[in-house]
Amino acid sequence: MTASGAAGLRSGRIVVVGASLAGLRAAEALRDEAFAGELTLIGEEPHEPYDRPPLSKAVLSGRLSCDHIVLPRVRNIDAHWLLGTPATGLDVPARRVELADGRSVAYDRLLIATGTRARPWPVRAGGGLDGVHVLRTREDAERLRGALVAGPSRVLVIGAGFTGGEVASVCRELGLAVTVTQRSGAPLTSALGGVIGRAAADWYREAGVDLRTDTTVQALEGDPSGRLRRAVLSDGTVVDAEVAVVATGALANTEWLAGSGLAADQRGVVSDGGCRAVTTDGRRAEDVFVAGDVARWPHPHYFGRLLRLDHWDNAVAQARTAAHNLVHGPGDQRVHRPLPAFWSHQFGRYLKSIGVPALADQVVVTQGALDQRRFVAAYGLKGRLVGAVAVDSPRVLDGYAALIEARAPFPPMLGATDGPAHLDPVDAELPGRAAGSASDHDPGTPSALASAASAHR
Amino acid sequence: MTTSTTPSATDLFARALRYENRADPYPHYAELRRHPVMRMDDGSWLVSGYREIRQLLHDPRSSADRLDPQNKIPKAARSLLMQDPPLHDQLRRVVTQEFVPRVMGMRDHLGELVGRLLDAHTSDRPGQLDVVAELAYPLPVTVICELLGVPREDEALFGGLARRLTRGLDPVDTQTEEELRELDRARGELVQYLEGLIIQRRTNPGNDLLSGLMFHEGPDRVLDPIQLRVTLGLLLIAGHETTVNLIANGTLVLLRNPDVLARLRTDPDLATPLVEEVLRHDPPVQISGRSALADIDLAGTTIPQGSRIRLMLAAGNRDPHRFEDPDRFVPDRRENAHLGFGGGIHYCIGATLARAEAQIALTALARRLHAPRLVTDPPPYRENAILRGPEHLLVAFERLTPDTPPVS
Repeated sequence: MTASGAAGLRSGRIVVVGASLAGLRAAEALRDEAFAGELTLIGEEPHEPYDRPPLSKAVLSGRLSCDHIVLPRVRNIDAHWLLGTPATGLDVPARRVELADGRSVAYDRLLIATGTRARPWPVRAGGGLDGVHVLRTREDAERLRGALVAGPSRVLVIGAGFTGGEVASVCRELGLAVTVTQRSGAPLTSALGGVIGRAAADWYREAGVDLRTDTTVQALEGDPSGRLRRAVLSDGTVVDAEVAVVATGALANTEWLAGSGLAADQRGVVSDGGCRAVTTDGRRAEDVFVAGDVARWPHPHYFGRLLRLDHWDNAVAQARTAAHNLVHGPGDQRVHRPLPAFWSHQFGRYLKSIGVPALADQVVVTQGALDQRRFVAAYGLKGRLVGAVAVDSPRVLDGYAALIEARAPFPPMLGATDGPAHLDPVDAELPGRAAGSASDHDPGTPSALASAASAHR
Repeated sequence: MTTSTTPSATDLFARALRYENRADPYPHYAELRRHPVMRMDDGSWLVSGYREIRQLLHDPRSSADRLDPQNKIPKAARSLLMQDPPLHDQLRRVVTQEFVPRVMGMRDHLGELVGRLLDAHTSDRPGQLDVVAELAYPLPVTVICELLGVPREDEALFGGLARRLTRGLDPVDTQTEEELRELDRARGELVQYLEGLIIQRRTNPGNDLLSGLMFHEGPDRVLDPIQLRVTLGLLLIAGHETTVNLIANGTLVLLRNPDVLARLRTDPDLATPLVEEVLRHDPPVQISGRSALADIDLAGTTIPQGSRIRLMLAAGNRDPHRFEDPDRFVPDRRENAHLGFGGGIHYCIGATLARAEAQIALTALARRLHAPRLVTDPPPYRENAILRGPEHLLVAFERLTPDTPPVS
């Protein structure tokens, strides 16, 4: 790289589409990396970037108002902000982003950080009824908070993933009756498997949640004025509820990329390890980068599978890697290879995961026990440690992280003083892995990773 | 033979701990760190790299049982510092639940205590102050006595005991026979003292931490009489022998860096990162210990199951792989994830209190001492190698002014 070339990368126009955590942190990192050119942030939502993890926790429970979740600014980014103006199209050869208001914005280099949205409930099954909620944005959280404060006789939560569990947990805190339906045999199964899921089912039931596993919602039904009244479940039973929260995973915000030539669909935008977007014919789009929840990339630590991580930590780390690569030449590119990590608060428990449990074929409890308050479970794939989950014992996870990075064997020989006398791995019971299971997910993108999304939303 | 050019781990360790090197063991730690994981002649292991120490602090394969052959105390009668899960977790929960609420909201009170201690030496003429004897020691001792509900008058008794006992933490071959006999006597005296205190409080409970621990209600089993006594002893000694060094080491580095002292005088917000940097640069607790519950692969070698391990926290804190320019004191260092409070499940319970005490004490010194300078540099150090700090810290000053609120 010549000096002038390097200087060239520090100037010009960089446009960031998506003004949430990844977009903001990337913009800040660009300035940290001495990018001195024009910086534009385009955001669909009208708000300054805010923090989503509190939405399903402190905001919903009323401990925190949405005025207090604005993301802290690490530095002045001197950017041109276009908020409340969704991008509607991308012309890669012309280097232009089309906006909903008809304008277009030209770029030299582009960063896509449009994130995901909550999978909506189909309108034909009652999705348009008043009282049916999703939880992704601050407006969603404020609306749902209002509905909960009004004191509904029962709340129905559809899906017992992380968001579903957190919402149900807050409802119980507020003293509301809650029914949770879950397609599989236990909560959290797509992320953590059936073994840990059954332990989680006990948390639900201890908290007084009416948990219906192996059950789906056939239809939501309303009264003549269009207000939600009841749900018809797959077992034929009917649940009366005035509020329903749809927590069935996330879809990548990629519609605006249709026809752009980028490999993008509702699973995400495919990128390489250095955060560069990949085209439908498998080439790298040199000046288009991807970061955050919307990115799907081959994690070198996980057999090069395409992963999409809806994790707070990942958004920040990937934003930094992308920013670095945006302003550095071919000789100084970084590979994005963080060890995935996420957390969740539900039913008075602090759950933290490291690595990718969803890939595992086996699981073993290494510390504590499933029926105790605190435990750690290790996840293995083909004899290698790939993930770990700790409930109310986060301080040991860095130890597991080092073992995962060192590709330690599974089951890990720990000799932990609070572990079982001998380790007895069992089938992790992850739905995507079972033979003949009706998974509609690309095996390369474990469904778990999509629902883990909800972990800190 | 290359032994003459590459001293063994045992030699390097002995050199780092030799009293003549107490004032500045850091060059010796740097020697050790060239091999972040080393085996000693006695089969124990020395870990001095940041990454390696951090891993062991968080590793479920590490036990807090030091497997010290000298330790004759039965396992059940050891403090939570030396206990492993699940017993450790139960004990720690009880202590945390009783300790943390009593520490919250204490800053104003700490400010008053610091003010009072310094007011006694206010002078508009040149004078001298032993910062250890007049501030760094009495502040944490008063605080822990108030918290626990231990009579401050008893300090003459248990203060001496605490000193003798913490010396006992150092490697046994650095102590004399007389010191070891003395240690046994001190243990016996402390047990007697604490048991007397417990009996007295059982019949006459108050709102203090000791009463709280004694009558703790919760899902965890209540501390049995032995654990109650051991926990009380741990808090009393930890409250005595650690924060004193944090305040003294902080004062020392301020006096050696007058520009930093001047910054702190006008910018009290600097106190927060500055104290973190003291904890990194010159930590009160220099060394911790563990043992291996399984074979542990680390830095290209394997620590076998059953090995004793010394964690050289103060060496890890100066690891150039983790900290840029590690020997330099950078008062506003960013991302300062030092090992000064340890880490993992045994992370210092008193960290918040120690931080607050040091922040407030150092800020008050910076504001009130005019033209301070060290009378002797380096100051005389205590014998202790693990809980390391100056014995005295004589500071000469032009004036010691009454407290004035910071200029905002």
